[in-house]
Amino acid sequence: MPKVHKIRKGLNIPLKGEAEKVFSRVDQAEAYAVKPIDFQGLTPKLSVKEGDKVKAGSPLFSNKFRPNVVFTSPVSGEVFMVRRGERRKILEVIVHPDTVQEFEDFGAEQPSQLSREQIIEKMQRAGVWPMVKQRPYGIIANPEEKPKSIHISAFDSAPLSPDLDFAVKDEAEAFQAGIEAIQKLTDGKVNINLNAEYPPSNVFTKVKGVEFNYFSGPHPAGNVGIQIHHIEPIFKGDLIWTVAPLDVIIIGRLFLKGIYDATKIIALTGSEVQRPRYFTVKTGASISNIVSNNLTQPADKLRFISGDVLTGTSIADNGFLGFYDNMVTVIPEGNHYEFLGWASPGINKFSLTRTFLSKLIPDKKFALHTNLNGGERAYVVTGQYDKVLPMNIYPVHLIKAILAKDIDKMESLGIYEVVEEDMALCEYVCTSKTEVQSILREGIDLMIKELGE
Amino acid sequence: MKSLRNFIDKIKPNFEKGGKLEIFHSTFEGFETFLFVPNKVTQKGSHIRDAIDLKRTMIIVVLALVPALLFGIWNVGYQHALATGAPTDFWPIVLFGLGKVLPIVVVSYLVGLGIEFGFAQVRKHEINEGFLVTGMLIPLIVPVDIPLWMVALATAFTVIIGKEVFGGTGMNIFNPALLARAFLFFAYPSHMSGDYVWVANLAKGEGIIDGFSGATPLANAAAYEIDKIPSSMDMFLGFIPGSIGETSTLAILIGAFILVLTGIGSWKIIVSTVLGGLTMGFIFNAFAVNPFMEMPAWHHLIMGGFAFGAVFMATDPVTASQTEKGKWIYGFFIGLLAVLVRVFNPAYPEGMMLSILLLNAFAPLIDHYVIQANIKKRKKRAAAAAKNS
Repeated sequence: MPKVHKIRKGLNIPLKGEAEKVFSRVDQAEAYAVKPIDFQGLTPKLSVKEGDKVKAGSPLFSNKFRPNVVFTSPVSGEVFMVRRGERRKILEVIVHPDTVQEFEDFGAEQPSQLSREQIIEKMQRAGVWPMVKQRPYGIIANPEEKPKSIHISAFDSAPLSPDLDFAVKDEAEAFQAGIEAIQKLTDGKVNINLNAEYPPSNVFTKVKGVEFNYFSGPHPAGNVGIQIHHIEPIFKGDLIWTVAPLDVIIIGRLFLKGIYDATKIIALTGSEVQRPRYFTVKTGASISNIVSNNLTQPADKLRFISGDVLTGTSIADNGFLGFYDNMVTVIPEGNHYEFLGWASPGINKFSLTRTFLSKLIPDKKFALHTNLNGGERAYVVTGQYDKVLPMNIYPVHLIKAILAKDIDKMESLGIYEVVEEDMALCEYVCTSKTEVQSILREGIDLMIKELGE
Repeated sequence: MKSLRNFIDKIKPNFEKGGKLEIFHSTFEGFETFLFVPNKVTQKGSHIRDAIDLKRTMIIVVLALVPALLFGIWNVGYQHALATGAPTDFWPIVLFGLGKVLPIVVVSYLVGLGIEFGFAQVRKHEINEGFLVTGMLIPLIVPVDIPLWMVALATAFTVIIGKEVFGGTGMNIFNPALLARAFLFFAYPSHMSGDYVWVANLAKGEGIIDGFSGATPLANAAAYEIDKIPSSMDMFLGFIPGSIGETSTLAILIGAFILVLTGIGSWKIIVSTVLGGLTMGFIFNAFAVNPFMEMPAWHHLIMGGFAFGAVFMATDPVTASQTEKGKWIYGFFIGLLAVLVRVFNPAYPEGMMLSILLLNAFAPLIDHYVIQANIKKRKKRAAAAAKNS
């Protein structure tokens, strides 16, 4: 076995409600949506209006500044509503599906027969290009650039995250086809980063022409940004692209079948789900039919998250699965007071520090809620972030550089290497309850504004 | 607790914007959040948060200080009994100690919290918990005979000049409790040094029986009266004169155990401070030209405020180095300089306070170099990676 990158820093938050490895059958969702807010920094330009008929793969909106990057409907049906927020910002483009699905035909082709330009053009037309993201910054890749390599993390280490080996097990053909297309995008290597703690699925290991890297350790070992840091750290001027494995499969289907088939396997998890299971759904599906009759409490006492508890987006109980998400988490809201909470022994509280009695119970699982567990303060405690960020950078100083809007310092302290998910645990453990992820995004936005993508 | 919560919810509007008692908003909020963890939920970013908050952190530190406080109370009475030749029965001396120590604790908290509440109100901030620890540290590092008005003055000085002018807890450069002590030391030296201040009522002329001097072991050592230094066991257990909370290395070790076990205090700083002190001690042993230098190096650890400073003062995260490598350097130099000052500077028998304050000032510089080294290293690594590909 090749060299294993051992990640030592990090934290696995032991949450209740891991999905059992069983598929649950679910009917077609009643609505689907594509959400421009899922894409960092995107200015959307609508291509449809309410009432328009669309097929699976028909454009709904595009990037105003890069019209070739389009975002397409995952299903065929009728555009039901364009939901807008403050200042008419487009939040969701909602499509009601037909009972019989029709697909736009992009033509089945062997990726090996196509040039890089043809592959990019096809991916853009079908709306799968946004699945290719770039580092630095974690935004949709610019098709006019060429990355020095591409990384795919084949395991997810986030709390309650789905077992990707389980989710890809019947998709070997599509995965191989997707990889072949992606290989054309770079002159460098395509890296598949595997978990060294168990034998990974054949779907990953049988792929040809890629580099395998092995990782072990606690979350965030599965984050592609952490993996890149340990293989080829990003410095100024470097460009690396990343794709998620379930998205590789969707890209693969485009080349095998010529259609945008956004079907993926997601996990429904969390302490408040009665039967946490795996479901086969399409990107953007409404979660209402998978969560209804499957909850332990009334929906108004719960938080529904598209994604994991550290980085996911809060949605309504009939909200929509995010474009990049492959799990839904349901946890209790924490909007209640706790008498002398700071003094409680804390049998049911989880902390990185050893200040609660729960540390004495090995393997205990927790049903954590959304309370902030304290007030926001200036930084007092030091060294906490370092314990959960397995990167050779100084996270607190990076955050402070961002707050001071000091671009030179942000650059030298490593802002090119991190996106929100990599520092989400820093936010979780922070005693001072600092909003690390949103500060980091402000810093990244500032970098893009000042220096360009 | 429901009725209490209902009561708070009922009176809450008075303290909010436009309410009759708006000027007490921060104070009210301080008490409310003390009684109840707020019902505020996460809005963005991570949906769940660690159970720890600053209140819990500070309470753990206060807990860690309790053994030193309790021992200090007992020892105040015990030393007084020794000095006057009174019987050393447990309860009378504890009561005597309580009568001496409790007022100092109360004054320190009242003055400090009062000022903090005022500043929080003016700044429209929440009240920060930092003073919970400072307010306990100040009584433990002053001599028992200190007049209460001096405690009040020093506390006011350190909270205003040492902390609030920098922006409050988290922004200060110098350890607030030590700054209070330094203020007293330079403003009222006669109350902070000498042989008569460490035991209660000695300065008032309450009879000293023969054979009792009132001098601290450090003073003995500085005067080269090595034979007068108490036994190592007495010094370790703390049956010696000194500042209220600093005498018992054992009680401080219990505190250190709590801090390190819970992960609140940095073991790196504690260990490196001890290493620094020992290193200097061994250097002195090797080149000894006077009895103080000949004293076994490890004696420094159980004399004076070394242990207390290493465990409770140097580890203050706000004023210490913030990088993990920096913490090693920071602690090591504290120990080194403390022993150096003790042995070579006749004006200051105790070097711990000054060495920590000095390193507080240097901590940002240490961090700067540690981070610059990291930046250089990462640049090099990236350059090497670029070459290979």
